[in-house]
Amino acid sequence: MEILVCVKRVPETGARITLTADEREIDTSYLGFTISPHEECAVEEALRLVEAHGGSTTVLTLGPAAAAEQLRNALAMGIGSGILLETDGEEFDPGATAAAIVDAVRDRRFDLLLFGNEAADSGDYQVAVRVAAALGLPCVTGIKGIEIDGGKAIARREASGGWEVYEVPLPAVISVKEGINLPRFPSLPGRLRAKKAELETSTPERRAPGLEKVRLVVPVEEPNTVEILGEGPEAAPRVVEVLKELGVVS
Amino acid sequence: MILVFVEPGDLSLEALTFARGLGPVEAVAFGSAPDGLGVSRVHVVALDEYAPGAWAQSLAGLVEALRPDAVVAAGSDRGQEVMAHLAVRLDEPMAANCIAATPGDPWLVTRQRWGGSLLEEARLHGTVRLLTVAPHGVVAEPAATAEPELVSVTPELRDGDLGVKVSRREEPAAGTVQLGDARVVVGGGRGVGSAEGFAALEELAALLGGAVGGSRVVTNLGWRPHSDQIGQTGARIAPDLYIACGVSGAIQHMVGCKGAKRILAINKDPQAPIVARADYAVIGDLTEILPAIVAELKR
Repeated sequence: MEILVCVKRVPETGARITLTADEREIDTSYLGFTISPHEECAVEEALRLVEAHGGSTTVLTLGPAAAAEQLRNALAMGIGSGILLETDGEEFDPGATAAAIVDAVRDRRFDLLLFGNEAADSGDYQVAVRVAAALGLPCVTGIKGIEIDGGKAIARREASGGWEVYEVPLPAVISVKEGINLPRFPSLPGRLRAKKAELETSTPERRAPGLEKVRLVVPVEEPNTVEILGEGPEAAPRVVEVLKELGVVS
Repeated sequence: MILVFVEPGDLSLEALTFARGLGPVEAVAFGSAPDGLGVSRVHVVALDEYAPGAWAQSLAGLVEALRPDAVVAAGSDRGQEVMAHLAVRLDEPMAANCIAATPGDPWLVTRQRWGGSLLEEARLHGTVRLLTVAPHGVVAEPAATAEPELVSVTPELRDGDLGVKVSRREEPAAGTVQLGDARVVVGGGRGVGSAEGFAALEELAALLGGAVGGSRVVTNLGWRPHSDQIGQTGARIAPDLYIACGVSGAIQHMVGCKGAKRILAINKDPQAPIVARADYAVIGDLTEILPAIVAELKR
């Protein structure tokens, strides 16, 4: 199987988010970066599928030159090759992101294109669907289990505590959610190989955005007062009183 | 007119409340119309089984026939997926997880990023505006409840619209309380200490008729299955009471439980972020406190 995984570089936000002076970005001066969580699971899933069925894996990202770090993280986990669609740092909206990915992969042959269900930062929930439509491929999103059975993928989505099962003919686009697996840590040989690997780099045009960011706003936290019910097990009678007041026990 | 794609459940009531602020509202449902929507007209599409392409194609047909200013859906799994397919069919942009919108040219929307710990103000261009509403980002308000007019819709599907559909379904074990629907949730974090430590949370949840959940740390450590995760990459809960045991209250966790009406934090650290954001707190060792609460409840 030939598998493509699309990932996004996102900051590792701490307890509080601070914005840049122009309010268009998160101030990342003191932050590290990571692969967005659902997509890290997509990387792991690609590795497991190829370990089980043979084939090759490619990781792709759209982002600034520094996003090479996330490609190398994926290579260190075991992905075979990396493609960087390099931007000047200005955000691409979901339509522009999908268009750039489609341009980059249109002439390549993949059996499976894996995405995260939504990026941790922008949370747009649509890039996978847009890419699939442009390539004329079937698409399922929010998947937490994939099996390959001959020419099709059997994909499972959690729904109301149970599961919906989809059978999708390959080639296909699947977006996954965290929980499909626990991603591995990169190995030392993997890191060494990743450090030296050549990345294929191109600079896509940024299509005019249909969803155009004006500015970011850190939501104001409503003032809150906490009632301390007590310390240690002696607080139990007071806790039960509160449970009764709230009507959760009779 | 604002066309709202509705599913059974509270999230669609939130989406309807959001849409009423934008103009007159009509709803579209699949299979049958849920009760209590508070709209004058519901278009009922004759498709039962979920197939995102077919549902989006049905919506595209209604957009062509009814010419709404916007199509709004809940930011549920299906809401996001169907709206993304609709966006492709109409060749329009889509704004996910909105909490406010102002019609105009373009529309101005406020939407959640980072699961709601950051907001974005954006211009939404296009001729039909496509928006999903952030789960629990809007408080559902009841509307006039006259019986709606039901309009049957037979969709005109294209080849391939039914190519991806639910081929079978595995139901949850009978009697299990779903995290997203539970009126009481007992959640555990790193402070629970081990997978075995959750037995005390299970016992309390059982007494309260609630569900057990956990933080991302807990599911990443394998103490609980991922389906129990509360947070940005897990479930969004909206119980009457969330009892957070040994949960520090990282931003990614708090966005998952901000729908809770009340929070009771049990934590050994009075400085833990969750304590500052809770309504009630008990400070101390949860391995002593939880059994004491259970004993008191059984008395």
